[in-house]
Amino acid sequence: MNTHVIELIVNGDLREVAVRPNLTLLQLLRDHLRLTGTKHGCGTGDCGACTVLLDGRPVNSCLTLAVEARNRTITTIEGISTSGTTLHPVQQAFVEKGAVQCGYCTPGMIMSSVHLLRTNPDPTESEIRHAIGGNICRCTGYTKIIEAIETAARAKKGSGQ
Amino acid sequence: MSEQRKTLIGKRVPRLDAHAKVTGTARYTGDLSLPGMLYGVMVRSPVAHAHIKHIDVSKARAFPGVKCIITGNDVPAIRYGNWRLVPELQDETVLAHDCVRFIGDEVAAVAAIDEATARKAAELIDVEYEPLPAVFNVDDAMAEGAPTLHSHRENNLSLERKIDYGDLEKAFAEADYIREDTFTTHAVSHAYMEPCVALAQADADGRITLWTSTQTPYYVQCLLAQTMELRENDVRVIKPHVGGGFGGKMELRPWEFCAAWMARETGQPVKFTLTRAEEFASGRRRHPVKITSKIGFKKDGSITGKEVIAHLDGGAYNGMGPTATFLIGNFGAMLYRVPAYRYRGNYIYTNNPPAGAMRGFGAPQALFAGETQMNLAADALGIDPIELRLKNAMVEGDKIPGVATIGSCGFIECLEKVRELSNWDERQADARPGEGLGIACYSFISGGVFNWFNTQYTFSAAEVRVFDDGTAQLSTLAADIGQGSDLILVQILAEELGLEVSDIRLVTGDTATCPQSDLGTWGSRVTLMAGNAVRDAAHKVKEQLFDMVSLKLNLNVIHEIECGNGHIYPKSKPAHGLPFGDVVAMVQRSNRGKPLKATGYYTPRDCGLVSPAFSFGAQVADTSVDLETGMVQVNKMFTVHDCGTELNPMAVEGQLEGSIQMSLGYALSEELLMEEGKTLNTSFLDYKVPVAEDMPPSVSETIETYEETGPFGAKEAGEGLACPTAPAIADAVRKATGLCCKDLPITSDKIRSYLSGD
Repeated sequence: MNTHVIELIVNGDLREVAVRPNLTLLQLLRDHLRLTGTKHGCGTGDCGACTVLLDGRPVNSCLTLAVEARNRTITTIEGISTSGTTLHPVQQAFVEKGAVQCGYCTPGMIMSSVHLLRTNPDPTESEIRHAIGGNICRCTGYTKIIEAIETAARAKKGSGQ
Repeated sequence: MSEQRKTLIGKRVPRLDAHAKVTGTARYTGDLSLPGMLYGVMVRSPVAHAHIKHIDVSKARAFPGVKCIITGNDVPAIRYGNWRLVPELQDETVLAHDCVRFIGDEVAAVAAIDEATARKAAELIDVEYEPLPAVFNVDDAMAEGAPTLHSHRENNLSLERKIDYGDLEKAFAEADYIREDTFTTHAVSHAYMEPCVALAQADADGRITLWTSTQTPYYVQCLLAQTMELRENDVRVIKPHVGGGFGGKMELRPWEFCAAWMARETGQPVKFTLTRAEEFASGRRRHPVKITSKIGFKKDGSITGKEVIAHLDGGAYNGMGPTATFLIGNFGAMLYRVPAYRYRGNYIYTNNPPAGAMRGFGAPQALFAGETQMNLAADALGIDPIELRLKNAMVEGDKIPGVATIGSCGFIECLEKVRELSNWDERQADARPGEGLGIACYSFISGGVFNWFNTQYTFSAAEVRVFDDGTAQLSTLAADIGQGSDLILVQILAEELGLEVSDIRLVTGDTATCPQSDLGTWGSRVTLMAGNAVRDAAHKVKEQLFDMVSLKLNLNVIHEIECGNGHIYPKSKPAHGLPFGDVVAMVQRSNRGKPLKATGYYTPRDCGLVSPAFSFGAQVADTSVDLETGMVQVNKMFTVHDCGTELNPMAVEGQLEGSIQMSLGYALSEELLMEEGKTLNTSFLDYKVPVAEDMPPSVSETIETYEETGPFGAKEAGEGLACPTAPAIADAVRKATGLCCKDLPITSDKIRSYLSGD
């Protein structure tokens, strides 16, 4: 297998990496770039724990090949807040509303939520449920996650973000 | 300091680790890597029962990049298991010796420079199996002449547990109405989101450090030492953040052993990460159980006696099965006053993957049977099912002879409240085809008093240190696996010391630095047991602080002293306090520099055979069934529960909401489909965990009681609720369709075939 040298932008930083063609984006992020916030839950695209944004759209990074990300922009959980100390409104709402328990689904869940609010700033409850339909949580029963997303939507609206 | 003393009890404090988890900085075992780390994979049996005739590892060993291969022949053949109290129940070896007993049984392990190499090498290991006849259900396993799994159990009956009290023959003779039903329940997966990972490192002197996704670091330490023939203190187990457990991570697992053994062999760290398919195919699961229940009533609805016979399909090994076998018996007679009771629980070996502990630990099966039968009896007696329950409901002070005494108990209030909340009476009068309101109830333990692990330590321990800057440190091996116990323990300590949650540093999850010991997370034990240990430590520290305040303020001995708002003060004169840190400094000075710290302990004593405290609750499922397709739609769940004092309502709600999701799956959509010992559905695509769109709206209310044995009156929340959802939905489906489903899960196939008269 030939190694490919690719360039991509990860959380705003230009990265140049040598990858084998069968390397997944998830492996690239976790094993090569040591961005371990993105989680491996199943490896088959069924649980959503590995969700990241590829050119702004949520993808299962376990089903995306690293070479597909060539010259594209990746945002992971490590890259959604604007500064090291401030949380993104969705992150803030997840903390305050008790939407986190074991936390393993949380990064993927937050990435799906961030994308939802960027494309639909004022979602209905059923739009929220649909948007996180590909993210399995085994701890919370989703109630507080949905509350958190609603709260974040209101906060963003209020702050004009 | 004149304002009122601030309390943290009942406050919606956010989790301590939430910030780390929402930013992706919380470290799980899988996020750790060490220089020179090797990657391990398990080699598993593809057959359900066979003698191992020969294992040839030569091709695999010669494969470039392979650093270590071990089989059962390379490691001590030590039988281990959590049931150290009864050594003959310890029936597992870390790698198979001579014989494999289920599809997925661990036969060998490979460590290589990367995972792909390890997987390729694993395929090159040539195992010659001589197939043996196998059994895949309880009836076949118990049949005359059935093949035997373990030579010391010729009839495959691993153990029998009995509970007997009262005169059952007389009870049934006096009954006006007797019914007997048989129920079956199915295997489901914990489906925790974090697959199991273990990473081990060996020091030059052979001491082991193991980072692992576990809910019981202390058990892993002891059993790893035992199986590696090391001293307990030569093994250090560290529990990073854990992505859920639900009972599935409370034993020593073969890959933990293999990581440690191979790290010692190679001198390099070794990491094993299970695949999701491995988790589903060979991981622990909830016991399938066949329960026959016979119950007698007087005309007025009072229970005269009950007999329960249970057969658990344990799979190939005992695991935590002996405990589940007992608890099914215990929960067969909980909730109601049963004057006479006989229980026979049989734990049967089969060639299925071994079952284990899972949220509810026997109670979901026992209460599916018990609560469904109560609903059927209510109909037959012509009594409203809530009335029938009220007639028999346990109350505070009730005794289960030789087993338990019921402490705080809000069961009657739960029933009355859920009736009101769900509009029960009006809805009963207005029944429509395809719609139904079903009810079921639960009780659960707040930690187990049983010492099957035969620990030589107290059940929980906590060390508290206080500092002259007004902060404190709490150190405990109590294991937060996502449920939020870290926060609850810190909240308890902050309340005791009158500090803020942010003033407490928590040190946890490390057998080398935390006080011995804590039995870990299972049976909803942490809040009560570790919570009591924290309070004990806090009281010991406070005694010294209070002595100093008394001296310093020259207080009359009759004064009560308390901590609050960062100060320590006479209770009657809150304004005359001293800052907490100043008092610590004074005590330290008076002890010529010795730090001020104390260790607290808790072991349940003299509280029966089961638990110091019991939670209670009632749940109603408002359900519709499509009479054409048989599809079940739960429209709304109503839950009323008694967990004693709610220490943190947000955490309690989270537990309840999560429990409903898991239980909805148990009732309707989740099932490990088995064929000749092979698990057929090994992905989340085929194993249907409810997602956000599947979840019904839900309302919950709390009945506040005060549990004397619990910290600040608290007891269990969120595990007992794994029990009522399935029987409540079954009851609703029966009302909607006429089908009384005694065989979980309640699928549209079963409903459709009933409705079409097949």
